[in-house]
Amino acid sequence: MTQYFSNLYGARGWVALGLFGLLFVIVIPALNLFLPESSVLRVPDYALSLIGKIMCYAIVAMAMDLIWGYAGILSLGHGLFFALGGYACGMYLMRMIGTEGEYGSTLPDFMVFLDWKELPWYWQGTDMFLYAMLLVVLVPGLLAFIFGYFAFRSRIKGVYFSIITQALTFAFMLLFFRNETGFGGNNGFTDFKRILGYSLTDPATRAGLFIATAIFLMAALLMCRFIVVSKLGRVLTAIRDAESRLMFCGYNPLHYKLFAWTFSAVLCGIAGALYVPQVGIINPSEMSPANSIEIAIWAAVGGRGTLVGPLLGAGLVNGAKSWFTAAFPEYWLFFLGFIFIIVTLFLPQGVIGLLKRFKKT
Amino acid sequence: MSGIQQNDDAGGQGWVADTSALEHVHESGTLDVTHGVILYLEDVTVSFDGFKALNKLTLSIDVGELRCIIGPNGAGKTTLMDVITGKTRADSGTAFFGQTIDLQALSEYQIAHAGIGRKFQKPTVFHNHSVFENLELALKADKGLWRSLFARLSAGQQARIDEILALINLSDHAKTLAGLLSHGQKQWLEIGMLLIQEPKLLLLDEPVAGMTDHEIERTAELFKTLAGKHSLIVVEHDMNFISTIARKVTVLHEGSVLAEGNMEQIKNHPRVIEVYLG
Amino acid sequence: MNFFYFSLLRAFLLCLLFTGGVWSHAVHAITPEILKTLSTGDNSERIAAIDALVSTADVDALPILQALLDGTLHVVPGGEKVVILDKDGAHDALTKQVIDPIPAGLEKITINNRVRRILDSALAALKLSFPDPRIRFAAAEQLQDQASEDFQPLIEAALKKEQDSDVRAALSLAKAGIHLKNTDAALRLEAVRVLARSSRESTKAALLALIEKDTSGNYPEPDPAVRAEIKRSLAEIDSRLSTAEYIGRVFSGISLGSVLLLAALGLAITYGLMGVINMAHGELLMIGAYTTYMVQVLFKSYWPEIFDAYLLVALPAAFIVSALVGIAMERSVIRYLYGRPLETLLATWGISLILIQTVRTIFGAQNVEVVNPAWMSGGFALVSNLVLPYNRIAIIVFSMIVLVLIWVLLNRTRLGLFVRAVTQNRTMADCAGVPTRKVDMWAFGLGSGVAGLGGCALSQIGNVGPDLGQSYIVDSFMVVVLGGVGQIAGTVFAALGLGVINKFLEPYAGAVLAKIFILVFIIIVIQKRPQGLFALKGRTVEN
Repeated sequence: MTQYFSNLYGARGWVALGLFGLLFVIVIPALNLFLPESSVLRVPDYALSLIGKIMCYAIVAMAMDLIWGYAGILSLGHGLFFALGGYACGMYLMRMIGTEGEYGSTLPDFMVFLDWKELPWYWQGTDMFLYAMLLVVLVPGLLAFIFGYFAFRSRIKGVYFSIITQALTFAFMLLFFRNETGFGGNNGFTDFKRILGYSLTDPATRAGLFIATAIFLMAALLMCRFIVVSKLGRVLTAIRDAESRLMFCGYNPLHYKLFAWTFSAVLCGIAGALYVPQVGIINPSEMSPANSIEIAIWAAVGGRGTLVGPLLGAGLVNGAKSWFTAAFPEYWLFFLGFIFIIVTLFLPQGVIGLLKRFKKT
Repeated sequence: MSGIQQNDDAGGQGWVADTSALEHVHESGTLDVTHGVILYLEDVTVSFDGFKALNKLTLSIDVGELRCIIGPNGAGKTTLMDVITGKTRADSGTAFFGQTIDLQALSEYQIAHAGIGRKFQKPTVFHNHSVFENLELALKADKGLWRSLFARLSAGQQARIDEILALINLSDHAKTLAGLLSHGQKQWLEIGMLLIQEPKLLLLDEPVAGMTDHEIERTAELFKTLAGKHSLIVVEHDMNFISTIARKVTVLHEGSVLAEGNMEQIKNHPRVIEVYLG
Repeated sequence: MNFFYFSLLRAFLLCLLFTGGVWSHAVHAITPEILKTLSTGDNSERIAAIDALVSTADVDALPILQALLDGTLHVVPGGEKVVILDKDGAHDALTKQVIDPIPAGLEKITINNRVRRILDSALAALKLSFPDPRIRFAAAEQLQDQASEDFQPLIEAALKKEQDSDVRAALSLAKAGIHLKNTDAALRLEAVRVLARSSRESTKAALLALIEKDTSGNYPEPDPAVRAEIKRSLAEIDSRLSTAEYIGRVFSGISLGSVLLLAALGLAITYGLMGVINMAHGELLMIGAYTTYMVQVLFKSYWPEIFDAYLLVALPAAFIVSALVGIAMERSVIRYLYGRPLETLLATWGISLILIQTVRTIFGAQNVEVVNPAWMSGGFALVSNLVLPYNRIAIIVFSMIVLVLIWVLLNRTRLGLFVRAVTQNRTMADCAGVPTRKVDMWAFGLGSGVAGLGGCALSQIGNVGPDLGQSYIVDSFMVVVLGGVGQIAGTVFAALGLGVINKFLEPYAGAVLAKIFILVFIIIVIQKRPQGLFALKGRTVEN
């Protein structure tokens, strides 16, 4: 067992991970919860929710790295899996509103608005937390599995695959925009009240969600690391570099791609489920193709094929985004556009690659 | 040269020696070479939008045979390899590995599993993996998904990789990224990956391209040792190399067999001289 | 009271029609006095003024009466001037001159229902006596819907005079519609037979209502013979309606397909032939559309008299501007990324974001309005309920012209030869002395320019806004992928096929679901034919 641990990271890696855990699981939430608002050291509420949100994005970026950085499959539809996880969690949260909605009905407000008399079949049971969490994993997982099975079986790869994933998320966005689909149409879900009986406006609940996100982020990192240092990880990279050679070595790339793809989608789904209660809203625009492409750039900025890089990339890009949208909203797209160009032209290894180069010189 | 001999504890599933007096061996239950033929193609036709890359090609390879295939560009050599390894499906005709394995019904990785190894025209190795890892990936072992996730190298497997490393002269480069090797070294690494897979039939597409004379010599020597225990199909342009190793040569032309025989016969075959040698 | 006014009007109109000479020239002119009575008089005086306007049989009376009906007719304080005030601003009802600024204290001329009814029939009657057969036809069509017994003499009088066969047919249908309510069963039977030639939904509904039992179990149409005839007529109408609907769908399908084709053709060159995955392709469309917008604005302000010709300038302008932007993209970014498709995808996406934001900064985030040239508005009525809009027809024709031009360019010119050579074997082409780098640049410029042409065309049928390109990018890639990369012919079939399929699905599934079905369909097709429907098979394809 210890051998597995030392395989994952060296001593310095484990220390860094421990420090990260200390900071994000204990220090930051504590600084938010227990210090008075007047204190300089207090982590303000908006910062807590911003960091929490970015950690969710970081999980997605890492999931993207697993599939793109290691297996060489660029998905332009990862936003879809994130949103599906979010919607599954959102269904639970909507049910938990109970009769406190605007119309005082047990049905979610948008259903009352559409004059629906009862819950559609796919909403059954979503008031049970565990079942909803099962959906968080199963819905993105199954969709990814089925889609991936057909796509990989037909040997669709490269740009072709990317474009089809983009079409997939686009189709789902259109579907979710419809009121009749039963997920609140344009507006999606919002006005959540509580999770597991705890009020979502309570600072303790928010800190709890933050801690859960941080813990899951670390767990996801270790799981991904376990995969990439195993022989399976080497097979994935081999698929990226010379798929036909690998086939003639006797491996079936379908199984490997499908595993990485589905696992990556499930990670996104869970990240989405953690994201929704913290942000308080989920709507179909999360599935827009633009969102999914942005995920790719988080991974690229940080450095593909490093797992930690994408975490960094998600933090940097989203940090910049929230600064820009507050300070110079009209320049954000210019900035983001230039990042896309600069990273692809000059920084193929991302920030991590840049750091390594500095270390060497 | 013990490295190329079958090693029972190398891959978990060992090779079971045939109880009959025949010299060849086969994996239990799958490959049946009781008639002494390891590969049998009959009337294989492949066409790409009207162009017939292979035209009713019939070819059989005996167990332990080393067969050289030559032919001008577009004669269908690479397509032939593609059909044998499952990369391309034949439009008509049959392709059997031994007596029982229908190659048309299997996909590439299954064919590799059944015991056919292939070296590409362009040396294809995993550039971002070390030489050692390249061999580890090719090593005969369970190549299923879950096994790979928890796989650890056994001492026997470790030894087997070292053995091949020594054989292909890359022991000092075990930790080097394969992408950094010279062209000839990549060729050798690919041959090593092929050997460690322990196939019964090896397809080698221009194996000595880019090698130095010394390396070519070593390769020729290696192939000669391999023949007998393995069956080999070698596609080459280098006539010198062919004459060194060849016992039986097949000449392809426009997708079918033009001539077959030993080097002398081929050299004096009037049609061959006309379309190829002349 | 009503009856009185109708009789008056009828008598008046009848004499108007019988006096002759009404077709070709106006008897009276529209005078300021009439307008003053219209605006300031009481309701009875207004009706007299309406009659007076009708008696002019002047085309110019039409917009005034229409404005009165629409409630856009206003009067300045004192009643000296009557002004039509609509979304384009204010203009004098008599002189038609634009009044800017809009005068203060404008008073809306309100009318009651009595006047409104008179106005309706007056408008139709006025139109029935117009020299232009198209207007007479439209009026007769309108009378089919508004058929009331009061119109019968009017219609019969018009029928006697009418020469145009289309108008005659419409008038007889209107007459038959009125006869349907007659007490004489023979007349009703005859009317039902005539109505079988109708192709209007409203006629169908009216006939259907007659053969449905009411709550007391009686048929509104008492005569069984007439009912049987109604059923026959209905069947005839149905088959005609469904044929028209079918043709209509094929037309709108081809129209959508040609839009897709215009959006995808440029991509078929840059992606299909050159293998450059350009996510900013949609933005090149958008730039073409905005170029058209700017040319149009220039014409509006400097050469309004030749406004209708602005497209002649806009097309080359859109081509050049988009081509230049494309070449700039190729020179600055894309050329460093050849052979790295995924990186190209991301970098061009970045470019698309920059282009969108640039346009937003310059023109604002709102949609801008591109006005069709006059000859493009309106449509060609194939049958009464199927009108093919001219702008759609223009787009179909235009896309075919662009297609032919591209084909000629690729197959009959040196550039085309070079592009095909570079596509097939870059190294060989290089060795053969083809300036591959330059060919890349020109080919990319060509693809981008074609996107600009597509944008110019799109501006004629849809909204022009900074997000225009985003809505087409997924569609255009789907078209190219479905058609088979590198296959211009495949792109054409895929675009038209998708367009038609989409339009046939829409009535059953709604626009959004139809689109989703299409995407699913494409994903399934690609399962079966990963290289696209029309791709070449071969060993080289995979490598």
